[in-house]
Amino acid sequence: MLKESTLDPRHAAVDEICPAGEPWMREVRKGQVFRILDLEGNQAVDTLFYNARDPEERYSAVDTIQRQKSLYLTVGTVLYSSEGNPMLTIVADTCGRHDTLGGACAQESNTVRYALDKRFMHACRDNFLSAMHHDHHHHLGKRDITHNINFFMNVPVTPQGKLTFEDGISAPGKYVELRAEMDVVIVISNCPQLNNPCNGWNPTPVRLLVWDQAQ
Amino acid sequence: MQALATRASDAPVLWEETLPGGAHWSGVMRRGTALRLTDLEGGANVSALFWNFEEKLERYNMPDTLKAQHTAYLTCGHCGFSDMGRVLFSIVGDGAGWHDTVCGLMDDRLMAERFGERRFQQARNDMYRSAKEGLLKEMGRWGLGRRDLHANVNFFSKVVADEAGGLHFAAGHSRPGSTVDLRFDMHVLVALSSCPHPLDPATEYRPRPVKLTAWRAGLAPADDYCRNFRGENQRAFENTARYFAD
Repeated sequence: MLKESTLDPRHAAVDEICPAGEPWMREVRKGQVFRILDLEGNQAVDTLFYNARDPEERYSAVDTIQRQKSLYLTVGTVLYSSEGNPMLTIVADTCGRHDTLGGACAQESNTVRYALDKRFMHACRDNFLSAMHHDHHHHLGKRDITHNINFFMNVPVTPQGKLTFEDGISAPGKYVELRAEMDVVIVISNCPQLNNPCNGWNPTPVRLLVWDQAQ
Repeated sequence: MQALATRASDAPVLWEETLPGGAHWSGVMRRGTALRLTDLEGGANVSALFWNFEEKLERYNMPDTLKAQHTAYLTCGHCGFSDMGRVLFSIVGDGAGWHDTVCGLMDDRLMAERFGERRFQQARNDMYRSAKEGLLKEMGRWGLGRRDLHANVNFFSKVVADEAGGLHFAAGHSRPGSTVDLRFDMHVLVALSSCPHPLDPATEYRPRPVKLTAWRAGLAPADDYCRNFRGENQRAFENTARYFAD
């Protein structure tokens, strides 16, 4: 489902660019609205969320799937925590479908999926570790890297249970917008994967905006 | 479907135990041992989590398992991959044909909404118990907590996605006597719960018992069905061999 936002970037409290292949981490407070904008199209944005006050409570892909009874995320989807609490709600979406089954790429999973000598290519889980190591407030590490959302990524599942990574359905300028239902820590890896079409074979920057409240 | 490596009738049983419905269990399965789960009455659900017993930061990773094998469910031939690109377990035999790994666990809140409350004070050991609470108790025994609770497998449960991604629980999927055979390819800490699946629409709380049978299966041979199921599996077995200096 597609829904446009009425929020004006000129009024955003945060307006930053995350370059291709890099991490980004920030706290967003309850009531604030967070937008991820796919600047050049088909860029997977691997994203984790933690309760800022109790980081052991975190985004849970399986709780979100279970409670929506649906595999894909779009407008109206509530992102649930590991405790079954709403963390964020998708309030606008001009892409229409986002993935939460595909997980984040890692050097180790690249050896399995592609070839043992792909180990040394840059990967999302290294970005997560890097962001967590440089954050001195929330004490997050490998143990906390759970199953993420891949905004703008297309991972269709057939009724027969086949799962594939397909070409993206995003395009330059498409965005997704989320309202925080609790104070959250957002950890992003702007995906550097070059071995499959999840970034259109060409990782590109994304724009990240936060508004103080829904206007 | 049965693979070649499934339990030979002459393989001596190491131990056998029946998990009552609603119960939880954990234990270490050494490399080269195997575990058969038997759905004694039909309609069982076994929620399961797996860690490398030697380094419990390494654990079953649902997305890595699914994307490497291009599947949204588990059956014979599939392996359970860790987040470190190794093989924790292989499904060497499967009489049920589909095991869910995307729907997570029923928690106490959902259980109370679905079935009402039935606590120990009134019901003694017939109290209602949820998979999530049971698994957290087992994890606590090994020093694990909420940060270690990841996406689980729900053995014997089938949930199908329609074209729009909507999920549908297949009632009556697992018949009485269905089995699934897991071979452990590392030393694996296993936690199990025999509580209902979160999307099972049944209105009565009736968890089913499951028999556990352990035997020594040996390491995966070169011509092993699961090892050769896909190139991805071969590479994950190579990573595992390097870890053990085979």
